[in-house]
Amino acid sequence: MAAVDIELANWALDEARRKGASAAEVLCVSAESLSAGVRMGEVEKLKSSRERRLGLRVFCGQSSATSSTAELERDSLADFIANTVELARLSAADPWAGLPDPSMHPKSLPELSLADPDSGIVGADRALEIARSAENAALKFDPRMKNSEGAEFSSGRGQILFANSQGFSGEYSGTSYTLVVQPIAQDGDTMQQGFWYTSNRRLSKLEDAESVGITAAKRAIRRLGARKIKTMRAPIVFDPDMAAGLIRSIAGAASGTSLYKGASFLVGQLGNPIAAPGVTIVDDALIPGGLGSKPFDGEGLPTSRRKVVDKGVLASYLLDCYSARKLGLAPTGNAGRSVGEAPGVSTTNLYLEPGSYTPAQIIGSVRQGLYLTETIGFGVNLVTGDYSRGAGGIWIENGELAYPVNEITIAGNLKEMIAAVEMIGNDLNWRSSTVAPTIKIAEMTIAGA
Amino acid sequence: MSNELVAPDKFFLNRFGMNNGALERILGAALERKADYADLYFEYRSAEGLGLEESMVNHTSKSVSQGVGVRVCAEDRTGYAYSDEVTIDRMRLAAEAARAIADQRGTTAAAVQVGAPVARHALYDLDSTPLQVPVQERARLLSEIDRVVRASDPRVKNVMASFACEQKIVMIVNSDGQIAADVQPLCRLNVTVIADDGKGRQVGSYGGGGRVEWNYFIENDRWREYALEAARQAIVNLDAVDAPAGEMIVVLGPGWPGILLHEAIGHGLEGDFNRKGVSAFANRIGQKVASELCTVIDDGTIPNRRGSLNVDDEGTPTSRTVLIEKGILRGYLQDRMNARLMKMAPTGNGRRESFAHSPMPRMTNTFMLNGESTPEEIMKSVKNGLYAVSFGGGQVDITNGKFVFSASEAYLIEDGRVTRPVKGATLIGNGPDVLTRVSMVGNNLALDSGVGNCGKDGQTVPVGVGLPTIRIDGITVGGTRA
Repeated sequence: MAAVDIELANWALDEARRKGASAAEVLCVSAESLSAGVRMGEVEKLKSSRERRLGLRVFCGQSSATSSTAELERDSLADFIANTVELARLSAADPWAGLPDPSMHPKSLPELSLADPDSGIVGADRALEIARSAENAALKFDPRMKNSEGAEFSSGRGQILFANSQGFSGEYSGTSYTLVVQPIAQDGDTMQQGFWYTSNRRLSKLEDAESVGITAAKRAIRRLGARKIKTMRAPIVFDPDMAAGLIRSIAGAASGTSLYKGASFLVGQLGNPIAAPGVTIVDDALIPGGLGSKPFDGEGLPTSRRKVVDKGVLASYLLDCYSARKLGLAPTGNAGRSVGEAPGVSTTNLYLEPGSYTPAQIIGSVRQGLYLTETIGFGVNLVTGDYSRGAGGIWIENGELAYPVNEITIAGNLKEMIAAVEMIGNDLNWRSSTVAPTIKIAEMTIAGA
Repeated sequence: MSNELVAPDKFFLNRFGMNNGALERILGAALERKADYADLYFEYRSAEGLGLEESMVNHTSKSVSQGVGVRVCAEDRTGYAYSDEVTIDRMRLAAEAARAIADQRGTTAAAVQVGAPVARHALYDLDSTPLQVPVQERARLLSEIDRVVRASDPRVKNVMASFACEQKIVMIVNSDGQIAADVQPLCRLNVTVIADDGKGRQVGSYGGGGRVEWNYFIENDRWREYALEAARQAIVNLDAVDAPAGEMIVVLGPGWPGILLHEAIGHGLEGDFNRKGVSAFANRIGQKVASELCTVIDDGTIPNRRGSLNVDDEGTPTSRTVLIEKGILRGYLQDRMNARLMKMAPTGNGRRESFAHSPMPRMTNTFMLNGESTPEEIMKSVKNGLYAVSFGGGQVDITNGKFVFSASEAYLIEDGRVTRPVKGATLIGNGPDVLTRVSMVGNNLALDSGVGNCGKDGQTVPVGVGLPTIRIDGITVGGTRA
């Protein structure tokens, strides 16, 4: 079986040119993983995987096609490349299509410590032990912890190789470790799930398994006895995960792909104040060991640290080459890529810069409002900014967390919501590639009974 | 039709140089530590996509994937290993990885004898698939859609259209010696329109498809209907006022609003959640969970539908399952493992996204049967309420039963008449409770146009939904107008 290496990549690029392509890119991905799950203390599942795929983008002048295959023998690959070139000839000549300006490719790549030097794939026995210890901690935390959707530990190792016909090539590999726990609290007829996780590129930096389990249990228990509240307008405190979801939406609206299609509420807003003055949103690809870090982007351009929103002002869009050309701007190194897809805009490590308030101070500032800990559904319209989502959390009364609420919605418009960010917490924690501290939004509509 | 489509089981045996003896040895290896069940899932998928934006068909793509998944089940344990290198050596390694789970807990010894292919439905034996239609012809249709939409209204600012088609060839061989194989075509045409009237900007989307031939989109001008419907939605929403907030009477239109059933009922009735007792519907078979006007079905056997399958991804022929009959909970959706553990029959609902995933109970086409009211009677019966006709996505928390679905086209009902359009809003309810509030069911059942995808545990599979017009007496509408 053919190995995925630079020799194969270069051969594929040459083959594309022999078949008539004027330019081409090759992306090779290979990955291995093992995940192990327990439920109610018993082994429930083991999953082991191996994958390697090759993706192509070929140009015939301004016409292009993308393709991917797992058949890597040169004979079948040669046919596949010929078919891709043929497909490219059939697509419309697009004046904005093409590889990056060759002078923009980096001469050297940063070392970002994306792979754990001490650990590879964690074996099944050890993985099961970690999952079991997390679930066990959750189940014994409280007598109401009576059921479980299980706990799962997974580890993976992957390698990415990218090369294009104008001489750029680069590769990097990374590891990732994730522990997820989903215990269930039960009180009478009602059940509530708790969910918590830890994820890191280094095994030793994961949050302790027992503490992940206990957090999941606490999150399940605090939802028990949830009620519906009356429809009203009130302040909403977004917990860090919920605030991260909000900045992910802002980044989606700042993505070049949405903007050039006119499918964003941020069209024409570059340089304008769009958020409260305390809001600074950063996309930083260069954080050593970051879950979203990468040394070059999906088109072989250098990645960077960039403020998307700077003190409330929309400072930069997020752009790949295509959307940059459409908008008359320079690409920002935010081309994301998956095998077989054309490049598209993606964030790397995206975060909201922390403020000075403790979460307790933020909650304490609310006389009556919602501490938002979960949303459900997809009710965010990036074209208009309209926002309406199912919600759950804890009701705040006189600055104290009083009782859980669910089966309600929160609604507003993203433009107004980000302008109404009144307080920003100091509790930024890198649990994912998109993170934010606790924030408070002055007022939104809550629909309930 | 090429030969490989006639005998999909031969396709794999020829392609990877395998025979029944080799399959028996790999299944034997999978069962070596004693398990209850093992299966091999072979998949070869080819797909092509075309996309138009700004009046250019500038996106073309093609992919080929293949692989094999080996699964070993022992009691309630599952070991799964997959590889995209389909060789005897790789499969043996996968079998060794998967069987680590078994731990001598099962009942089946290692001898397996592979028999003849099992019977399957013939729900989509096509003369040709859209993959065989010249790319130029598919591209021409997208350009025609662009022209028709732009000519329909000066407020149309942008049109995006795409056509995706795929063909999966699958073969499942299990430790009972059964072998099942299928060829599964699937395609979808989508149109998204952005409209701008100088004061605001709105988006509309529509599309359809299924396990159908290219001509499906041409006959009756279906493509034109999709195109104009997307434009109409975008333009209607330009005049939308803020949606109301709070609990109110909601009338759902026919077809795609059946997503209500998928979220509120369907997921909660999947066998795995009920075996584990983590669903709000656990242990409720025989109980009243809906008004007696409601009969809800999951049917994987409707010809050419997006959610239909000849056999599920464990080789079981799909079936029609009554979930709720006149308000009473009757059945769960089962795959083999959960059916065995719950001592029930498999229902042909064991599905997986690809060879990289282990199967689990999933819906196929889920819908409510007709009632006796006319849509006009239902509308006239409402003094103040919301009429929701088109939806984006939905989601459910199966443990506490809370579900949402988000309206993308909705209107106020005032004095029995549909009046102003309102902005999109999320509706939230409680699964075990919402259908008890259904007070009228229309006689106009429609299935959706064939665009649905369902996600569960990181796996996406195509599904369908359907609904007649229904009236729900009280569900929370998440608008901004408090």
